[in-house]
Amino acid sequence: MEKPIKNVIIVGTGGQGVILASEILCDVALECGYDTKKSEIHGMAQRGGVVSSHVRYGAKVASPLIAEGTADILLSFELAEAARWIPFIKSDGRVVTSTQKIVPPLVSTGIATYPDQVEEVLKTYSKNPIIVDALSIAHELGNPRLVNTILLAIISDLLDLSEDAWKKVVSNRVPPKFRELNMKAFDRGRQLSC
Amino acid sequence: MKKVLSGNEAIALGVYENGVRFASAYPGTPSTEILENYARYEGVYAEWAPNEKVALEVAVGASMTGARVLATMKHVGLNVAADPFMTLTYTGVSGGFLLVCADDPGMHSSQNEQDNRFYGRFAQVPMFEPSDSQEAKDMVAEAYDISEKYDTPSMIRMTTRISHSKGVVEVGDQPVIKREIAGFQRDKKKNVMIPAFARLKHPKILERVKGLTEYAEITPLNRVEMGDSKVGIVTSGISYQYVKEVLPTASILKLGLTYPLSEKMIRSFAANVDRLFVVEELEPYLEDQIKAMGIPVEGKKYFSILDELSQDLVAKGFKEAGVYDQELVKPITQPEGTDMPRPPLMCAGCTHRGLFYAMNKLKGIVHGDIGCYTLSVLPPLESIDTTLCMGGSISMAHGTAKAIEVLGIEDERPVFAVIGDSTFFHSGLTGLLDVTYNKSNVTICILDNGTTAMTGAQENPGTGKTLQNEESVHIDLKQLVKALGCTRVREVDPFDIKGTIEILKEEVAFKGPSVIITSRPCVQLLKYEPHDIYDSNKDICIGCEMCQKLGCPAISQGDEIPSPNTKKTKRHSVIDTSLCTGCSLCLQVCKPGAIHKL
Repeated sequence: MEKPIKNVIIVGTGGQGVILASEILCDVALECGYDTKKSEIHGMAQRGGVVSSHVRYGAKVASPLIAEGTADILLSFELAEAARWIPFIKSDGRVVTSTQKIVPPLVSTGIATYPDQVEEVLKTYSKNPIIVDALSIAHELGNPRLVNTILLAIISDLLDLSEDAWKKVVSNRVPPKFRELNMKAFDRGRQLSC
Repeated sequence: MKKVLSGNEAIALGVYENGVRFASAYPGTPSTEILENYARYEGVYAEWAPNEKVALEVAVGASMTGARVLATMKHVGLNVAADPFMTLTYTGVSGGFLLVCADDPGMHSSQNEQDNRFYGRFAQVPMFEPSDSQEAKDMVAEAYDISEKYDTPSMIRMTTRISHSKGVVEVGDQPVIKREIAGFQRDKKKNVMIPAFARLKHPKILERVKGLTEYAEITPLNRVEMGDSKVGIVTSGISYQYVKEVLPTASILKLGLTYPLSEKMIRSFAANVDRLFVVEELEPYLEDQIKAMGIPVEGKKYFSILDELSQDLVAKGFKEAGVYDQELVKPITQPEGTDMPRPPLMCAGCTHRGLFYAMNKLKGIVHGDIGCYTLSVLPPLESIDTTLCMGGSISMAHGTAKAIEVLGIEDERPVFAVIGDSTFFHSGLTGLLDVTYNKSNVTICILDNGTTAMTGAQENPGTGKTLQNEESVHIDLKQLVKALGCTRVREVDPFDIKGTIEILKEEVAFKGPSVIITSRPCVQLLKYEPHDIYDSNKDICIGCEMCQKLGCPAISQGDEIPSPNTKKTKRHSVIDTSLCTGCSLCLQVCKPGAIHKL
């Protein structure tokens, strides 16, 4: 039987690099010979709002959307966003999230509250969530923008796409002078997966 | 070679490969990237027109030289362009004419979710609906051929999920077609729509539709995928993909051409299945026409008119209809407290913020418009009272002020219109003409941030640059406003709250129309590091939250301020200095002087 379609939902807030990450994943899937589709919303959402990108790959993909309860992987660039999108993961789906918090003004002005105990929520609703301080690691490696590569490297270890394809696509997507640093970040990210 | 392309990128590529070298458009989500991508190809001419009506007319004029042309716009843009469009269908075309129009079911970035398939039927033009990026590219060639063969504009109707979804497309397999262009040929009976000539044209449309209907029966864009004959589904566009996902073994009639409909094909398909369904987003466009053919069909009973569809909604609909026998996926219920609202916001350093903060002090009636500044409706600013359509703010303000004046309504509040530069060029000019001509007491604020910001910073007649980055005139808003009969024009620096309040007060006190133009560029255009950055001093901050009333994403609440006397807990304001762009508004509103230059 054909391998089922893989569903990866990548989420965060406007300007974090969610769209770029999903484009890289799509290109890796294509590089590995799969059909792939992705979908997200542009426009208003980019003004600091919620951003989600759906990526799917397999022998033949019909819908560009992932249905709730069917995502194999939920990758979040922001802690509370991981909890928001929990309804998308399937029962044995994996959650990978950065611990970075981006607090919206509605919270800072007391109108809404930032969810507490997000890590506990993630542990309750998903199997072995991978919760990493990707921003600190990126800073440690010398550039906060490496968060994208670190997070992608973690999910690369959970997906059936070759490491070579990942490295090829990531290399092509970053400016030549940052290639080496990104490869270092990628290797570091792979170690964080479990 | 295969590449992952969005529907919009695929359209741009298809248009380029077909040797089309002329395009005009006005940006609008989700259509904007079509022209942005097309403009990058070598040897093409692409322009941002001031609005969709102009864009369409420009394309008509270019088509009259025999060249193939492209016009693109979002769904509501076609309302603006409907006037030329509804008569273009009479004149027909010279060079192939393609209108690509993108609907926004679910209103991700729009003021309504109208179904523009009705425009295809209304204008009686061939309407193509792709179901993915590859089809979007492939349909372009067909749309141009049909346009020329039947002397009609063609329309490709996209939706957000086709425009902005990416899929695998075969690229580089087509050499770019070179086309001969005949030049402008005089043909008054064809192109001058006086009643006598237009009357000759109307029957030609009916003939054309007859021809197109025959085409609809044979084009491979309409195809039957025969499977299990118990259930037959007529579908098109993105809905086709959801149906394939949910009922892969059902019989499907996939329509790539949704005007005119292939009636014979639909009849024979209906006759070959036990139960006929239509799965379509928004209105029962196909369903009603199939019912009118006298064919029993089910659709909107199970698939909502509201919002987008998705495979889960399609599965749910078929489950209710009793034809989907699998268990519906039961997702985890949203864990309590995890659905924190995170609405889109004006950026840190947004040039609109200061103006709205100042305007709130005057407690007026504020007519808003379409652009980033619409976001000022949300807390904490909550400044604008209305938003209807592009350019509507000024005319609506005129209507409100005039009604108060002539109908004897007791209302002392000042009446404001707030409109961006690009929106003013789009369709604010005529509203201002009405204000000056019919003399109303309104204060109009043109938020000139030097770009079309909401759709991603496109050039416009006020920026001094064209879409293809050529130097051009830089329309002087002040002179323009004066030329439209408004002699009172003021400029304000929206980063100077006190100065802005003063000028607003003066203009409100003036009885008659006045225009205030803000003079700071969009913060997204700043490519350099900010000169000044501000921070808050914990020891001085008293937690009064004045700075937080600005709704700046860089300012948030920090630690509690220990104090035994207050009932309400007070917290320090904290500035995220990595987000600060140095607009200094927080400095200006901080009375205790806790905010300082870093």
